[in-house]
Amino acid sequence: MNWHGIAAIYRYEMERTRRTLLQGIVSPVIITCLYFIVFGAAIGSRIDEVQGVSYGAFLVPGLTMFMVLTQSVSYASFGIYFKRFTGTIYELLSAPMSAIEIVIGHVGAAASKSFVLGCIILATAGVFVPLEIQHPGWMLLFLVLTCITFSLLGFIIGIWADGFDKLQFVPLLVITPLVFLGGTFYAIDMLPPFWQTVTLFNPVLYLISGFRWSFYGTGDVSLWASLGMIAVFLGLALVLISWIFHTGYRLKD
Amino acid sequence: MRRECPPVRRERDAISDADEAAAADTRPPVMVDVQGLRKQYHGGFLALRDVSLRIRRGEIFGLLGPNGAGKTTLIHIICGIVTLSAGTVRVAGYDIHRQYRETRRRIGLVPQELTNEAFETVWTTLTYSRGLFGKAADPVYLERLLKDLSLWDKRHSPMMQLSGGMKRRVLIAKALSHEPEILFLDEPTAGVDVDLRRDMWKLVRGLRRRGVTIILTTHYIEEAEEMADRIGVIRDGELILVQDKHELMRSLGSKVVTLELAQPLAHLPEALARLGVECEQGGRTLRYRYSAEGGEAGVDAVLRAVQQAGLTVHDLHTRESSLEQIFVRLVGEQPEEAQ
Repeated sequence: MNWHGIAAIYRYEMERTRRTLLQGIVSPVIITCLYFIVFGAAIGSRIDEVQGVSYGAFLVPGLTMFMVLTQSVSYASFGIYFKRFTGTIYELLSAPMSAIEIVIGHVGAAASKSFVLGCIILATAGVFVPLEIQHPGWMLLFLVLTCITFSLLGFIIGIWADGFDKLQFVPLLVITPLVFLGGTFYAIDMLPPFWQTVTLFNPVLYLISGFRWSFYGTGDVSLWASLGMIAVFLGLALVLISWIFHTGYRLKD
Repeated sequence: MRRECPPVRRERDAISDADEAAAADTRPPVMVDVQGLRKQYHGGFLALRDVSLRIRRGEIFGLLGPNGAGKTTLIHIICGIVTLSAGTVRVAGYDIHRQYRETRRRIGLVPQELTNEAFETVWTTLTYSRGLFGKAADPVYLERLLKDLSLWDKRHSPMMQLSGGMKRRVLIAKALSHEPEILFLDEPTAGVDVDLRRDMWKLVRGLRRRGVTIILTTHYIEEAEEMADRIGVIRDGELILVQDKHELMRSLGSKVVTLELAQPLAHLPEALARLGVECEQGGRTLRYRYSAEGGEAGVDAVLRAVQQAGLTVHDLHTRESSLEQIFVRLVGEQPEEAQ
């Protein structure tokens, strides 16, 4: 293993975060605070308990997951896409590094950043609502797995995208709607039966449900279904990345 | 005080240092071995056709060719940036696919384009490059490198604040950051000023003295003429010539001797015309062109014929064709199948 290479990529990408702290960390935290104020305090005060907790507390896992999903994708996609955009990818491709080392460096950095972001958001949420975590081990496991899986997805998007608009396409037009319709703001038993069935096809529902279970011991689907779904995501992302490096898709002529 | 004539500088003197370094070297004598290399891009464009080439340890190899001839494709395949369609490439005896770690860690590449991440500092980008190639941090070495390239004062500057010449220096520093044994310089002096070009030539000579093998592509033919030990010419994806630079100049170059006459000639004497001498400038000048290889007998005959014709020579000078003229002639010739 080229450990120096992995560390070099990791440090380089973390340095990018330091430079873009306002955009990468501060901005998502402020947006989450606004959600808590509007939906948790203003509107939530008129809503009864959901799944046995106050509406404000109910929102915490979903909103955390929302930011972690979108920012994992954003961090990882930008890291690799920017190298392609500027042409400095030549250095990565000519370095004595295997595909897995390149992925570990980039995805490791993106996942670290989104993990830190997730923790900051949870800490911030504690200011607005009384925070309770019944299964902290499971919470950490879900958070880490989500950070890694969606950073892998971001890495794939960064290689697939051939413009900055496409870089934003998946986080804004795919992940955001899935998160909004995946039980961030409601429990699926609040929906009519038909839409409950439709929602079960939304993979993000399983991630949010599992994460919420680690907080309050209740969720829309079973814990194992949530774990299974994240494992499927992870497996698919790894297969796609393996294919990308095997074929050189958008990396090598 | 008696003034001694300096000794004649032999052609090989320029690389004697490299020879000494090479004698103690245990690395293989061929550092890059390309056999039957073919590259066809997805769109169908055939960039390289059956290219075979061996680059010796410690030499400076000048790879010349017009735009789109396949120089960069060849370099990128060796470095691992582009995949080959057929053939084999070995670097220091290692296969570039199966033993890519061994080959790539030996190679440094200065790309043609000024690629950089605008917001990174010189120091950050340099330490990143060294790490990528599997080397532990060595601030002392990097400091020396930056000082050699007159970049030390700029180490904390973001790349976007540097001039084009400075950015080119940074690319060189990045390529050398992991102490490679083989350095590819793809148009390294494109768009740089005279001072930087001289600095770069000095640096390249210094690298060769340390035993680094250098492959240089350039549009400035005089650069290859000045620096290279051997020249390869690539045209339409085919390597049409690989030769020692001096042999190339001898075998394909030509010389012109010009005689300025004291009195203009009304008619060119028959004896001179038979030797191929041409009369120019209203009979004031005689011009004789001969091949650089073995043309001396012709010059002697011309001079004797001039004397016999009773002509008075006011001045005489000779001119040798440059590598550029040879290159233009070579790439200007049509490939056989096109003729």
